[in-house]
Amino acid sequence: MSASPALDHIEAGPHGHHYTTTGLDSRKIAVWAFIGSECMLFASLISTYLIYKGRSVVGPFPHEACNPPVCATALKPILNIPVTSASTFVLLMSSLAMVLALAAVENRDVPKYSLSDRILGSSKLWLWVTCILGATFLGFQSYEFTSFVHEGLSIRTNLFGSSFFTLTGFHGAHVTAGVIWLGTLLAIDYKRGLGPGDAINVDIAALYWHFVDVVWIAIFTLVYLIK
Amino acid sequence: MAHNDPAPRGGHGTPDSHAAGGAHAAAHDAHAHPTWKQYKWVALILTLITVVEVWVYYIPSFTRTKLFVPSLLIMSAVKFAIVVMFYMHLKYDARLFRALFTGPLIIAVVTLISLMFLFGHIAIRLAS
Repeated sequence: MSASPALDHIEAGPHGHHYTTTGLDSRKIAVWAFIGSECMLFASLISTYLIYKGRSVVGPFPHEACNPPVCATALKPILNIPVTSASTFVLLMSSLAMVLALAAVENRDVPKYSLSDRILGSSKLWLWVTCILGATFLGFQSYEFTSFVHEGLSIRTNLFGSSFFTLTGFHGAHVTAGVIWLGTLLAIDYKRGLGPGDAINVDIAALYWHFVDVVWIAIFTLVYLIK
Repeated sequence: MAHNDPAPRGGHGTPDSHAAGGAHAAAHDAHAHPTWKQYKWVALILTLITVVEVWVYYIPSFTRTKLFVPSLLIMSAVKFAIVVMFYMHLKYDARLFRALFTGPLIIAVVTLISLMFLFGHIAIRLAS
């Protein structure tokens, strides 16, 4: 308890959460500030990619074929749009699963009478779906990186390779961290169950996950689709 | 969760979502989150926009026009805004969260555009 009764509710909320003088949860403020800083990190990486775009002296190139003498052998455009489109869809669907996981945690105490209510109200199910879709996205990215290396593009090949692998690699690292984070939530859910009191923890993880999704929305357009 | 029940849920970044007390001005900014049906529609719209993005990529006559890049940027911006507003609940959450996100986002976008003018293809085009 604080010295002033007026500040009592600021120190600890009904679930032991600590609120700031704004009346908002300090952890949620922190995660939004973190997301804001991440916006600037990814903007710098995307800027670097766009500035170096089209300035590679040697191939392979993202959207153009590379023929001798620029390349030792004829090379096709390296970006695989169908595969990346599929991985984009997977990440978008993982965001849907994440909001359903959060809704399930928030409404855990609401009685569920029908089978569809029980399915939609299962936080374990939606956390599993989100984790699996996140891991699938990482699988697509691993396939893409491996195929690029086999086709002669590494981080050291040219400016495109350096900026592309740095940008998408950073994003992939964020997705990996997100999958691990969701895995810990899943473990807690199995151990003691996630209830409305844990909604703030799931909400923070969800915000991070959706941020990873919106970054990919920008990358997909700026890197893959714009020629 | 009752998927047919549009019962609103409180924003859980605020004291109001946990208890009736905690009458703070900022807490009044927290509103109900979208329902399952809205989430479903949002997912459908995001998928459709992605399909259109990929579809226009494969139209050679369109990719050669000046409309190609702006149309992709607009579709991407719409998808970005939809996810942020509905999935990240920024449309329903406190104004401070909006400021914490949009402030750095504006700085990031302005920096990106400035760098493109200084060093990118736009700079090359203006110089030539």
